[in-house]
Amino acid sequence: MTAAVSPNPAKLIKGATGDWEVVVGMEIHAQVTSKAKLFSGASAEYGGEPNDHVSLVDAAMPGMLPVINEECVKQAIRTGLGLQAQINLRSVFDRKNYFYPDLPQGYQISQYKHPIVGEGEVIVDVTPTERITVGIERLHLEQDAGKSIHDLSATESHVDLNRSGVALMEIVSKPDIRSAEEARAYVSKLRTILRYIGSCDGNMEQGSLRADVNVSVRKPGAPFGTRCEIKNVNSIRFIGQAVEVEARRQIGILEDGGVIAQETRLFDPGKGETRSMRSKEEAHDYRYFPDPDLLPLEFDQAYVDALKVELPELPDEKRARFVADYGLPPYDAGVLVAERASADFFEEAAKGRDAKLVANWVINELFGRLNKEGLDITRSPVSAQAIGAIVDLISTSVISGKIGKDLFEIVWQEGGDPREIVETRGLKQVTDTGAIEKAIDEIIAANPDKVAQAKAKPTMLGWFVGQVMKATGGKANPQAVNDLLKSRLGV
Amino acid sequence: MSDPTHLSLAEARDALVAKKLSATELTKAHIEAIEKARALNAFLTETPELALEAARDSDARIARGEARPLEGLPLGIKDLYCTKGVRTTAASRILDDFTPTYESTVSANLWRDGALMLGKLNLDEFAMGSSNETSAFGPVVSPWRRKKGDGFDDAKIVPGGSSGGSSAAVAARLALGATATDTGGSIRQPAAFTGTVGIKPTYGRCSRWGIVAFASSLDQAGPITRTVRDAAIMLRSMAGHDPKDTTSVDAPVPDYEAAIGASVKGRRIGIPKEYRIGGGAEIDALWDQGVAWLRDAGAEIVEISLPHTRFALPAYYIIAPAEASSNLARYDGVRYGLREKGRDIADMYEKTRAKGFGAEVRRRVMIGAYVLSHGYYDAYYVRAQKIRSLIKRDFDEAFAAGVDAVLTPATPSTAFAQGEKGAADPVEMYLNDIFTVTVNMAGLPGIAVPGGLGADGLPLGLQLIGRPFDEATLFSLAAALESAAPKIEFPQPWWTEAK
Repeated sequence: MTAAVSPNPAKLIKGATGDWEVVVGMEIHAQVTSKAKLFSGASAEYGGEPNDHVSLVDAAMPGMLPVINEECVKQAIRTGLGLQAQINLRSVFDRKNYFYPDLPQGYQISQYKHPIVGEGEVIVDVTPTERITVGIERLHLEQDAGKSIHDLSATESHVDLNRSGVALMEIVSKPDIRSAEEARAYVSKLRTILRYIGSCDGNMEQGSLRADVNVSVRKPGAPFGTRCEIKNVNSIRFIGQAVEVEARRQIGILEDGGVIAQETRLFDPGKGETRSMRSKEEAHDYRYFPDPDLLPLEFDQAYVDALKVELPELPDEKRARFVADYGLPPYDAGVLVAERASADFFEEAAKGRDAKLVANWVINELFGRLNKEGLDITRSPVSAQAIGAIVDLISTSVISGKIGKDLFEIVWQEGGDPREIVETRGLKQVTDTGAIEKAIDEIIAANPDKVAQAKAKPTMLGWFVGQVMKATGGKANPQAVNDLLKSRLGV
Repeated sequence: MSDPTHLSLAEARDALVAKKLSATELTKAHIEAIEKARALNAFLTETPELALEAARDSDARIARGEARPLEGLPLGIKDLYCTKGVRTTAASRILDDFTPTYESTVSANLWRDGALMLGKLNLDEFAMGSSNETSAFGPVVSPWRRKKGDGFDDAKIVPGGSSGGSSAAVAARLALGATATDTGGSIRQPAAFTGTVGIKPTYGRCSRWGIVAFASSLDQAGPITRTVRDAAIMLRSMAGHDPKDTTSVDAPVPDYEAAIGASVKGRRIGIPKEYRIGGGAEIDALWDQGVAWLRDAGAEIVEISLPHTRFALPAYYIIAPAEASSNLARYDGVRYGLREKGRDIADMYEKTRAKGFGAEVRRRVMIGAYVLSHGYYDAYYVRAQKIRSLIKRDFDEAFAAGVDAVLTPATPSTAFAQGEKGAADPVEMYLNDIFTVTVNMAGLPGIAVPGGLGADGLPLGLQLIGRPFDEATLFSLAAALESAAPKIEFPQPWWTEAK
């Protein structure tokens, strides 16, 4: 599809026989946020004792029937709207038949030919200067499987059906991704959208979001190569590594005159390699057919429109608004909107203030510190009000920027109202020229040699500034110090 | 009072309310009849204690003047219905001693209305069969015997299938009525073979929840009884919307009993010429007789065409096995039922399913897996579904043209003897469904009513097919046929064992 477009040379991988282009498409499995499972009333909550969250339907007892959970349908529609996608007013649940102990029915209920959501797109900022659009092929609803546990006994396997029947959205991208970096950025953006909508918590450690990554390579401009599917990659970092490693493996084979076998592979992060799981020939015949227990899923446009009205502002809209209303650079705006909570935090802090200054403080000081401590914005010890107060104190010259950083540290460690801390700890900037002049006079008197040097070499001014700041405990207004020194030293 | 097992369900109901009979007496009489009739093999599980306990409760309610619509009426339940705390087998080894912790919606509806359970009735394994010979627990013997001179032949006659336990129990007066299920004729064919009445209601009329699934898009629950009125009474309690089955329909359930005796004057009855397919002179003569009875009752007879009828049976034998192959995948030895040890998981599956399923079930699972497999799906399953749409359209057009119901024979012949059919060629057995499968394919209601006896002394049945959710019209027409046809004298209990 994009064969006609010339590839970005920076994305190409150098091989022994020249440049190669990697082509990636992804199937993301996102667990739907809902109280109950897709077709049963059992809890969809993560955790619990094994087999705590299992209804008669989930255990596939004889005569049990699935009943669609409307909340899961709404979540899929909301997500489709967030992906700018076609919402299909009629979709069909199919059975995907295969035997496995953690699949009690002997089939997974999924949507094969008629998914609830059709084509859409995701805009992805790969770097501060590079933006790509990744096409969405479809989104469909399906059941998760249970879990087989093989290490509790030497002779038996155990099955935990807590996950069995939990709703998943499978989000299939078009093969529009051209590098590991793009792959990572795509998943991050998708995760952001899902979290904004509240249709998936995006928790990759708990398996709420996992990716099947389809990778192929080709010479620039050539038709698509044979792809391999890397199953169940469960972190954004691993997704990038898997693409990298798999592309290199395929290039190696092709450059040695070999051919790529279409197959399913597993990524081993420990060894940094992918290995074969099963070949195309060994692939299951899933014998898909429409599930006769469920009528086609139908709703009208008014139903979709009502959900659309309730949608929150999505990251792309929010980013555009931050650029337009706050005058933020697009990339900064992008960083702030990556999490809904961060964006809210910023807006709270920026209310009635210099938004650019607030953005700098939030991105550089706060996010930097949160990342270092591995904390989420919702658990920040420094509140939006506190950041706002610090910015106010700086912009009204009550404190210097440097003192501002110290103040931030005090609030981070001890909490409290920044204004009070400035008062009680005497952090106020000295703008009284008399006090500054007194300090300058003392320093000039004590260092006649330095005064002589400074007259010859104006860069010595910095040394005097440092001495004055030291003498005033850092509270002197740096601009005032500079001006006074210049006039006294005649430089 | 004379033997209460000779009462119809409606008569027993009235006798109980009039306190001419107690529920306990009524239940005891049936329990005794069941105990003496074990040679028929109609019951897989007898629950006399539960029945008597329920009967005592019913008597107390009747005494308090709180009788519910089916108060104290003893019924048999096809062992495809899950019954809470009572072993449920689907007549298969694979379920082993499976005992549900839940009650099917339809049986729960009957208990809600005061009926009580005598036990679980034999059937073809997973309802796959037309003679009750595929049951893992042995075939059911019909109470009917072929005439031979002045006496009877020794051959054991089949009661039809898959609801053979239900039809035999009702015909042998072991229960006032029985639940049954119908996927391709499994209520109507056994009813026709035993001189009883059986109705398969419109798809969606009864909940499928808690009934072991055979082919989900075709399965429907319904009653088998000795009179049309009894079937109307039972169906009213069985039917209704169930949020647990999304294919069940949220539509009011009328008082079907009120339709009994309603005039059929001016009703248009369609006679489909495509059903005259060499069932034999006897069946065609019965059919003509049925036409005459309805005409005499004031109905208008019109010839109609249902041109896709001849494709129905082959299409049915693609769709039903396809769904069955998937529905039966859950019987894998992992969570309940039979488990055979194996080298690994695949070996365990294979050994369990090979031992747990009988030959007919295995055959249909294999057919189903085949028609759904990659490369064959379009050629078989998709085409069969297209045929299904055409069959439905045939009926839609007939009804749109003003036809109120369609009259056909129920089966191509009277009942056969055990081992007579299908041994060499399963299709020979499948042909039994030729008049009934179209009704399931179109999702319509169909009722089998006895029309008389054949030359061999065995019952013959007629089938009426109605508009969707118009069971009431079927009951009034069936009642008209019932009153015109010679009265069925059910067999005397030749099977009785000395206790």
